[in-house]
Amino acid sequence: MRRETRLFFSFIMPWLTGFMVFVVGPMLASLYLAFTRYSIQSSPQWVGLLNFKSIVLGWDPAFYRSVKVTLLYVVLAVPMGLIVSLSAALVLNVQGIKGRSIFRTVFFLPSLLPVAASGIIWSWVFNPQYGLLNRLIQVVLGVDGPEWLMHPVLALVCMVIISVWGFGGGMIIFLAGLQGVPRHLMEAAMIDGANAWQRFRHVTIPQLSPVIFFNLIMGMIGALQVFSIAYIFRSSAGSEINASATNFYVLNIFNHAFVNDRFGLACALAWVLFVAILILTALQFYGSRRWVHYGS
Amino acid sequence: MGARSVGRILIYVCLLATSCITLLPLFATISTSLKELSEVYVEPPTMVPHVIKWSNYYQALTTFPFVKYLFNTLIVVAFSIVGTLSSCTLVAYGFARFRCRWNKWLFTAMLSTMMLPGIVTSIPTFIMFTRYLGWYDTLYPLWVPSFFASPFYVFLLTQFFRGLPQELLDAARIDGCNELAVLWRVVVPLSKPALATVAVFSFMGHWNDYLGPLLYLQDPDKFTLALGLTRFLSTSNVELYGTAWNLMMAASLVVMLPIVVLFFFAQRSFIEGITLTGIKG
Repeated sequence: MRRETRLFFSFIMPWLTGFMVFVVGPMLASLYLAFTRYSIQSSPQWVGLLNFKSIVLGWDPAFYRSVKVTLLYVVLAVPMGLIVSLSAALVLNVQGIKGRSIFRTVFFLPSLLPVAASGIIWSWVFNPQYGLLNRLIQVVLGVDGPEWLMHPVLALVCMVIISVWGFGGGMIIFLAGLQGVPRHLMEAAMIDGANAWQRFRHVTIPQLSPVIFFNLIMGMIGALQVFSIAYIFRSSAGSEINASATNFYVLNIFNHAFVNDRFGLACALAWVLFVAILILTALQFYGSRRWVHYGS
Repeated sequence: MGARSVGRILIYVCLLATSCITLLPLFATISTSLKELSEVYVEPPTMVPHVIKWSNYYQALTTFPFVKYLFNTLIVVAFSIVGTLSSCTLVAYGFARFRCRWNKWLFTAMLSTMMLPGIVTSIPTFIMFTRYLGWYDTLYPLWVPSFFASPFYVFLLTQFFRGLPQELLDAARIDGCNELAVLWRVVVPLSKPALATVAVFSFMGHWNDYLGPLLYLQDPDKFTLALGLTRFLSTSNVELYGTAWNLMMAASLVVMLPIVVLFFFAQRSFIEGITLTGIKG
C-alpha cells in the first residue's frame, strides 16, 4: 500500500472503527432482528416476514395512526418552519436594519435550549387552567381557552408551534445563504427595472434555492423522527396529553422496544422508517431538479 | 413620509412582534419562577411577581439532587468534548490532507450517515452496550461513542483544514516534522476557532441530550440534568407540592442557563458552525 494511503487510513481509523461498530454493524443487526421475535432476555427467533406482515395488516393499531400523525406533523411543521425562518432571514438581511445582531440572537436562542427544559415550559404554556396561553386568552378575549393538549387536533398543533418556535437554526443558514447572493445579479436586475418582488422572485429565490432545499431535506428528516418533546409532554407533571394524537412514529418504536420489549418488531418499524426516508429524500431530489439552481 | 420609511417601520414592527412572541414563554417562565406558589394561580395573572421569591431557586435545586445530576452531566460533557476533539481532529486531518482513491468515497459515505434515522442504529447499539458490555445504568454509553468521531464535526473541521495555507504545512514538513507533529504544532494552533466551534457544539449536544440518558439510565443517582429535570419533577414533586410550577420553572431555567451563557459568549462559533453545514452541505 502506498505510504499516503496508509497514513490516510491510520488517521481516519477512529471514524472508520466507529462507522463499523456504530453504523454498519447495528444496521445489519437491526435488519436481521427485523425478521425475528426478540425480547432482550431471550435470544432472537426467526419469524420471517411476520413483523412486516403485522405492520402492513395493521395488527398493531398504533402503527397507521402514528404514520398519519407523523406525516401531518411533517406537512405542518416543515413548511411553516421554512416560511418563518426564511422570512426572518430576509427581513434581517434588509440593508441598514438597526439592532440586527440583537434580533438574530433573540430568534436563534430558542433553537438551542435543552428540550427537557423547554418541554416543561411549553407544557405549562399549554396547561388548560394555569397555562400562559389560556390565561392570556381569558384576559384578552374573556373566554375560556380550549384544552389544548387533550384535543385530538390541537395537541398536534401545539407540537407544531413548539417546532416553529425553534426556527432560528434554519434562519441562520438562510442568512448565510443570503450573503452568498451575488450583488451584481441584484444590480443588473435593478438596472433592468425589476421591482422588489421581481428581484425576490427571480434573483433571490433561485440563488437561494440550494439552501432552501437543504433546509427542506434536513427539516423533513428531523420532523419524521420527532420524539423527545412528545415523550416529555407525556411524562411531565401537570400536563395531560392526548396520547394517540401525539403518538409519533419514533415514539411508537420506542414503546415497542423499550416498554413492550418487542425488539424485533421495533427494528422492523425502524427499517420501514429508514426506507421511507430514503424514498422521500430521493423524491425530493428528483423534484428539486425543477426548482433548485446550482451555480456554475 | 415616503413608502420607504413606511416599509422600514413595518419591518421593525414585525421584528419586535416576533421577538415578543419568541421571548414571551421565557419571560413568563422567569416571572413564574420567582412567584409565591399562591400567586402562580392568582386571577388575573400577574406579569411581575408581587414578592420576588429568590428562595424558589434554592428550594428547586434542593428538592432534587441537583449537584449530583450536575456532576453526572459534567462527566459526560467533559469526556465527550475530549473524545470529540481528539478523534475528529485526527479524522478530519486524514480527509483533508491525504489523497487516495478511497478518500472521496469514504467522505461521501460518512456524510450520508448523517441522514440515517438514529432509531435504526440505536436499538442494536442499545443491545450491544447493555447485553454484551454490561453498560446499562452507567454513563459510558453516553460518552464513549464520542471517541469515534462524529460526521458533522469531521465535516466542519475538514472544510476548515482544507482552507489553511498549505505553505505553512509544507514548511513544517521540510523542517522534518512527521504528519502528527504537523497536525499538533501547525494545524491545531491555526484552527482554534474551528475547534472551539466543535467544542461548543459538543457541549451543547451532550448537555441537551435527552434520548441517550433516557435509554441507558435507570438508577436516579446516575441521571443527567436533562433527564433528572423531567423525571424528578414529574414524579415526586406532584405528591409533595401539587404542581409546583414555580419550582419547576426555576429548575428548568437553571438547566437552560449554561446554554444561554455559552451562547452569549460564543455566538460567533454557533453561527459559523451552523452556517458551514448549511452552505457546503
